[in-house]
Amino acid sequence: MSETAEKVKKIVVEHLGVEEAKVTPEASFIDDLGADSLDTVELVMAFEEAFGVEIPDDAAEKIQTVKDAIDFIEKSQASA
Amino acid sequence: MFAQGLAPRRVVVTGMGIVSPLGLGVDHVWKRLVAGESGIGPITHFDVKDLPAKIAGQVPEGKKDEGGLDLGEWIPVKDQKKMDRFIQLAWVAAEEAIQDSGWMPEDEPSRIATGVMIGSGIGGLETIQEASTLVAAGRTRRLSPFFIPSALVNLASGQVSIKYGFKGPNHSAVTACATGVHAIGDAARLIALSDADVMVAGGAEAAICELGIGGFCAARALSTAFNDDPAAASRPWDKDRDGFVMGEGAGVLVLEELEHAKARGAKIYAEVVGYGISGDAHHITSPAEDGDGGFRAMQSALRSAGLAPGDIQYVNAHGTSTPMGDDIELSAVERLFGEDGKTIAMSSTKSAVGHLLGAAGAVEAIFSIQAIRDNVAPPTLNLDSPSRETVIDRVAKEAQQRPIEVALSNSFGFGGTNASVIFRQAP
Repeated sequence: MSETAEKVKKIVVEHLGVEEAKVTPEASFIDDLGADSLDTVELVMAFEEAFGVEIPDDAAEKIQTVKDAIDFIEKSQASA
Repeated sequence: MFAQGLAPRRVVVTGMGIVSPLGLGVDHVWKRLVAGESGIGPITHFDVKDLPAKIAGQVPEGKKDEGGLDLGEWIPVKDQKKMDRFIQLAWVAAEEAIQDSGWMPEDEPSRIATGVMIGSGIGGLETIQEASTLVAAGRTRRLSPFFIPSALVNLASGQVSIKYGFKGPNHSAVTACATGVHAIGDAARLIALSDADVMVAGGAEAAICELGIGGFCAARALSTAFNDDPAAASRPWDKDRDGFVMGEGAGVLVLEELEHAKARGAKIYAEVVGYGISGDAHHITSPAEDGDGGFRAMQSALRSAGLAPGDIQYVNAHGTSTPMGDDIELSAVERLFGEDGKTIAMSSTKSAVGHLLGAAGAVEAIFSIQAIRDNVAPPTLNLDSPSRETVIDRVAKEAQQRPIEVALSNSFGFGGTNASVIFRQAP
C-alpha cells in the first residue's frame, strides 16, 4: 500500500470511528462506513488539510470510496 | 386544542439525571451536597492569567462508578466532535434520567407520545470561540460542517431525540439563567395539555471558556475576591459576597402524565404541581429593586398549584451570590410568605455548585425533589454573616432534617425573566 493510501486510511478510521479492516479500497464512505453527508464534507476537508491539496466541490462529490480519495490525491500530487 | 377545552392532566417526575461540579448521578451528588461539600475550584483547562475571575464549578473527570465524567463511557468518539460540551453534558444527564425512568418505548405510538425539551442559556459558546479563530486567521473555508449543529441550543433536544427515537414535541427553552425552570414548566404543560405523555426536560450549560468567563467578568457579574479560596467564593446572602461563580453541568427530568406512569408501574419521585412565569421590564442584567417580578412568578406558581404560601416548606432560592440579587429575592420571598416565612427553610445550593446558568433551574429542581424525598433542606454554604437578617431560616452551613412535602424553586435570568416551579410529594 502506498504512503498516501496508508494516510487516507488512518484519516478515515479517525474521523468515522470505524475498524481499520473495514476501510478497504472499495469501501463506500456512506454505504459501507456509516458516514452521512456532513461526515463526507469533513473527510474531504481533512484530506485537503493533510495532503495540502485543494478538492473543489464538484470533484468532492465524485469521491465516494476510499479508492476515489486515494486516486484523486495521488493525481493532484503528481500534477503539482 | 384550546377550543376543545381539554381538562389539564397531572404530571409527575419519573426519572432524574444530573451532571454537576459535585459529579454525576443523583444519589452521589445529593450525598455530597447534603454533606456540605463544594464543587468549586481553580479553572484548569485554559489560562486565566488575563481574567479577574479564576475559579469555577467544573464537572470532575473520572469513571462513572466513581461519580466522575469520562465522555468515552457515554458517547462514541466520532459523535463527540459533532457536539459542543453543553450537548455532551445534556446527553449524559438525559441517559441517566431515561435509564432511571425505565421508559424506553419501542413502538411508534409511544415514541410519538414522547418529546424532548432541553434548553441552554447560551449554547455552544466554546465551539463558537474556537470557530472564530479560523475566521480571524482568514481560514473561514476551514469551518467544520459540524460547527452550526454543534453550537445550536436546540441540538441538545435534537441529539437526545435522535438517539432514543423520541418523535413527540421537540422544543428548547433559551431564557438565560431561567432556562431550566422554563423547560421543565413548559414541558409539564405540554403533557398537561395532551401534546405528549412523556417529556425529557431540563437544561445544560458549558460556558467555562474565555468568552464565557471574560464576558461575565466584563458585565461585573462574577466573584473575583476568592480566587485563593474557591470553596468560599459562592456565599449567597453573606455580607462578603461579590458575585456569582460560574458552574457547568446538566439536569434532566423525565416528566410523565400521572396515569401513564401508574399504568406502567413507574416509580414516582414527585408531582409538578405549580409553575409561574413573569417579566421585570426593567433592565437587561439587573433585577428590579422591588423584586416584584420574582414575587409575581412565585405567586403565579402558587395560584396554578392551588396552594397557599403556608403549604410550602422549602424554597430553593435563585440566590446567586451577587450583591444586589440575593437581598432582592429575599425581600420578595418575605413579601409572599409574610408570617409563614417563619416556618419555611430557604437555601441556595449555588453555594456548593456555583451558578449553572441555563442548567441551574433543572439541577435545582432535582435538589428540590430530593429535599422532599429525604425531608432534608440542603445547606447554604459560607453564610457566615448575613448582610441582612430575616425570619426565614436560610439553612446556614449545615443541612437540616425537616418535614418537606412541597418545595418551590426559583430561577431568574438576564433580560428580566423569572420562573418558579413547585413540586409536591408523590401522590
